[in-house]
Amino acid sequence: MAKRIDVSGLNAYYGAHKAIDDISMTIEPRSVTAFIGPSGCGKSTFLRTLNRMHEVTPGGRVEGKVMLDDENLYGSGVDPVAVRRTVGMVFQRPNPFPTMSIFDNVAAGLRLNGSYKKSRLKDIVEKSLIGANLWNEVKDRLNKPGSGLSGGQQQRLCIARAIAVEPQVLLMDEPCSALDPISTLAIEDLIGELKERFTIVIVTHNMQQAARVSDRTAFFNLAAVGKPGKLIEIDETERIFSNPSVQATEDYISGRFG
Amino acid sequence: MDYSAPPITNTPPPATGSVSGKAVRPGDRIFLGLSRGSGIALLVIMAAIGAFLTYRSVLAISGDKANFFTTLDWNAAGLEPKFGIAVLAFGTVVSSVVAMLIAVPVAVGIALFISHYAPRKLASPLGYVIDLLAAVPSIVYGLWGALFLVPHLGGLYSWLNDYLGWTGIFSYSNGAARSLFTVGILLAIMILPIVTSVSREVFLQVPKMHEEAALALGATRWEVIRMSVLPFGRSGVISASMLGLGRALGETMAVATVLSPSFLIGSSLLDPGGGTFAQNIASKFSEADTFGQNALIASGLVLFVITLLVNGAARLIIARRKEYSGAAA
Repeated sequence: MAKRIDVSGLNAYYGAHKAIDDISMTIEPRSVTAFIGPSGCGKSTFLRTLNRMHEVTPGGRVEGKVMLDDENLYGSGVDPVAVRRTVGMVFQRPNPFPTMSIFDNVAAGLRLNGSYKKSRLKDIVEKSLIGANLWNEVKDRLNKPGSGLSGGQQQRLCIARAIAVEPQVLLMDEPCSALDPISTLAIEDLIGELKERFTIVIVTHNMQQAARVSDRTAFFNLAAVGKPGKLIEIDETERIFSNPSVQATEDYISGRFG
Repeated sequence: MDYSAPPITNTPPPATGSVSGKAVRPGDRIFLGLSRGSGIALLVIMAAIGAFLTYRSVLAISGDKANFFTTLDWNAAGLEPKFGIAVLAFGTVVSSVVAMLIAVPVAVGIALFISHYAPRKLASPLGYVIDLLAAVPSIVYGLWGALFLVPHLGGLYSWLNDYLGWTGIFSYSNGAARSLFTVGILLAIMILPIVTSVSREVFLQVPKMHEEAALALGATRWEVIRMSVLPFGRSGVISASMLGLGRALGETMAVATVLSPSFLIGSSLLDPGGGTFAQNIASKFSEADTFGQNALIASGLVLFVITLLVNGAARLIIARRKEYSGAAA
């Protein structure tokens, strides 16, 4: 249940403004790839092109190719709705459906995909909540609203919701930036477990986090404010943090700018 | 002459570093007085209206020689006044319910179209046109209803009779369409703008992150609306509907122009006749003596109570869903 992503020559725009310029990279299956870089460098925008969420923004437009194994996500005749069912996403701020119970939140994606028998639905919800390390905390209150959980629990609920539909890829856009250190640790542990099953891409502002959770790290940068973001380099995380091949990467990770 | 240091005037006392001092500043005090005064004024006005209505109503009802709630007649003049609100309550509630059943789904549809489907170039002019509907005076609606709607509804009435006549409430034999149902249609058009614009505002306020949550799960546009937009907007749509219902319950001129009033409760909505509180007051008030006025005021009090009950019910519905409303998120 994990696929390789192969991006080539990808440009993304907001109206007339070019946000990212000519990005090509390969993202390995069953591994964690972290995107780091200063604010505005386009790493979140790039992440959102991987499940066709970028074009939801008014004026959002994408050129280039994103291959999921041997399928181009931007090919003609590809339904963006189907893409998003294959490539799941977790957002910066936990966003459980406020009007739904914990159970219904996890089941939401399944119910979109078709009808399930009640017992089957229950099994998948339980499995997903266990997978998101949340089951023990919520098993006695599955019918309570999801918005009553703590921030960290809500974020794990969102992860359970995303993995319930068994996506090929899981995209995470700064999933811990709204959480306290203990919740952050819980999510990081979870990422380590989930990479056995999914291809994971995580955007983070926290370089220690990138070093802790990822196998490979991509560094993005922009020449100046208002200029499009570019991929500077992508390599094994260990190499990026010890001996990067580009000077700008070293400057960034050693805190000289950004 | 005294050449010692001149007295220092208009100089602020030197800062002593102390934080003690008067805690209330004049601006605060004025604003407090204003807002508290407005609050009290509101309560006083409400109490005055209530007291006035109640006092005149008691005079009227105690002089009523028939049951005020069940009598199907309105004869407040003479030595044996007999009047009751049954027809008025029935007509008011039925015409407003018809109006709500027609207007709310249409308004929610228009609001969703403007907020989530229409391209931006179309959305704002459309919203403007809808708001413009609210600016048409109600007598103009009434004239349009009486001179255009009434003569053109025969076809719809016959169709309803053919397919739904068996229910009894839609049976129709030829006659002018000056019925509660026509009033309902007209009221629906009149409350459409307020329900639409309030719903649209609520739908536009749905947090982006709720919509993206649904989108990222692979929801289509309709599914996003069903999962994120409608649940978030539910209480807003209820409030909007109640605003509309308030207008429908109290609408006077348009109803008075279209309806041919009678003091009968027909089994069919399509029968001509019936009446509403506001219409009845408007058409009888100028010719009524003091006792007749009191009788009409008593009917106004009942309308007041119905409106209060409706609003209370709406608040209950909203409060019960509060836990799930997403307001805390």
